[in-house]
Amino acid sequence: MSSDTLAKAAAPAPPEPADILRIVPQRRYGQWTAAVAVLALLGFAVNSVLRNEAFQWDVVAQYLTTDSVLRGLWLTLWLTAVVMALGFALGALLAAARLSANPVLRAVSWGYVWLFRSIPILVQLLLWFNIGALYPQILGVKTVDLLGPVTVAVIGLTLHEAAYAAEVVRAGILSVDRGQIEAAQALGLSRWRRWWRIVLPQAMRSIVPPAANMLIGTLKGTSIVSVIAVSDLLFSAQLIYHRTYQVIPLLMVATIWYTVVTSVLGVGQYYVERHFARGAGRTR
Amino acid sequence: MSVMVDIRSVHKSFGPLEVLKGIDLAVGAGEVTVILGPSGSGKSTLLRTINHLEKVDRGAITVDGALVGYRRAGDKLHELREREVLKQRTRIGFVFQNFNLFPHLTVLDNIIEAPVSALRRPRAEAVDGARRLLARVGLADKADAYPRQLSGGQQQRVAIARALALEPKLLLFDEPTSALDPELVGEVLDVIKDLARQGTTMIVVTHEIGFAREVADTVVFMDEGRIVEQGTPGEVLDAPREARTRAFLSKVL
Repeated sequence: MSSDTLAKAAAPAPPEPADILRIVPQRRYGQWTAAVAVLALLGFAVNSVLRNEAFQWDVVAQYLTTDSVLRGLWLTLWLTAVVMALGFALGALLAAARLSANPVLRAVSWGYVWLFRSIPILVQLLLWFNIGALYPQILGVKTVDLLGPVTVAVIGLTLHEAAYAAEVVRAGILSVDRGQIEAAQALGLSRWRRWWRIVLPQAMRSIVPPAANMLIGTLKGTSIVSVIAVSDLLFSAQLIYHRTYQVIPLLMVATIWYTVVTSVLGVGQYYVERHFARGAGRTR
Repeated sequence: MSVMVDIRSVHKSFGPLEVLKGIDLAVGAGEVTVILGPSGSGKSTLLRTINHLEKVDRGAITVDGALVGYRRAGDKLHELREREVLKQRTRIGFVFQNFNLFPHLTVLDNIIEAPVSALRRPRAEAVDGARRLLARVGLADKADAYPRQLSGGQQQRVAIARALALEPKLLLFDEPTSALDPELVGEVLDVIKDLARQGTTMIVVTHEIGFAREVADTVVFMDEGRIVEQGTPGEVLDAPREARTRAFLSKVL
């Protein structure tokens, strides 16, 4: 459009002052209809859960804080913590290897991630659990005695986790502007200092959200160790319902605890993210 | 006058592309040298070789009499360990086009980072020094701000203060005003001019011809990896001998 036609279009301005005009927002009938429909469905679902006797909420309440369930919960919590800590430590090393100048380290790191992302965790746990078939003895000790179910769970989950952690950490490091490292080099900062003071704190902004995802995934993922008879939260619940046949109430017990812990972790994530957003001027 | 920077037949290639084709340049102590040239002429690469951010393929650079990045043994130059290179860099300040301030650290922490961690200065002493430097670049009230809360010109002034905090013998500026809005260029150039008046040895890569004319002791014009001509601002800017210099100046003036 030329400036000529623009001028003509703008010419018939309202004769009265524009501030007497009232602005009427668009009516959003669709929004109202959708909200009512969703609330109705939600109410129906909640109602059916509360009114269905088969949930046996009294049994849920009875077992929610029973000793064996709390012991299972405790095992789930520390197993998650240990696996995350070891997995990220190994993952950080793998990421550093992948980004190093040494082609052998790069290839090995790539190969590790490829292999351990390819094997389903369930398959891996069963393999480690039966490793005695391959190596009956390790350093003169019977493998079965050396690698109990809990040790197998830690090893299997950690190796699995490290492969994913390596990619999360690598993505975080790559997200830091190259100029940051150059500036740190130009200022004479040591390699160690560059890493801990400059690169990592900035990388953490990209690492925390997927890491929190992984943490929650791991928390629930540990329930898979029940297949090798590690008495985690799920396995403890199963032990009870195998005895009492109250399957649904005990699965509800496990569900409630997983939900509670996940919620707590979500709150923690908020504060960690806020910490690493310093200076970013944007936290969402 | 003593020579601060001595660059002898420096060559540098990136893969098949030769960006420096034999550079010889001497910069006297207390002098301001301005390097001009079109993009891709190799001027930024040359600047980066002076503090070993880029390794040279051939040739040698000395700063204040010390070989940069290498140790000479007979006819061989052995590459220094990283720790020794880092130590050399603490005597050479570098100011980047994009400032490269650390966004997660406050202005004050940006400035004291190198004195505290690389020079092992006591923190209190470093903070005092940083506050003096901030006052000098006119940002005394911004010590606790984060870089992103500052304008581009203010960020670049902080970056200059950060480079000065190491009390370098030599300051290198890589297009310090190219990333700035036009109205912010002046405040940064004023700080650099002030440093020049106080006798700081500087090498400045820039497109600001007016700045070169006002501040430079020597103007160097580079094109396609070579120094085409060099001399006083009067010689190079007002009476260039080479056709390429004239063609470049006619486009930027």
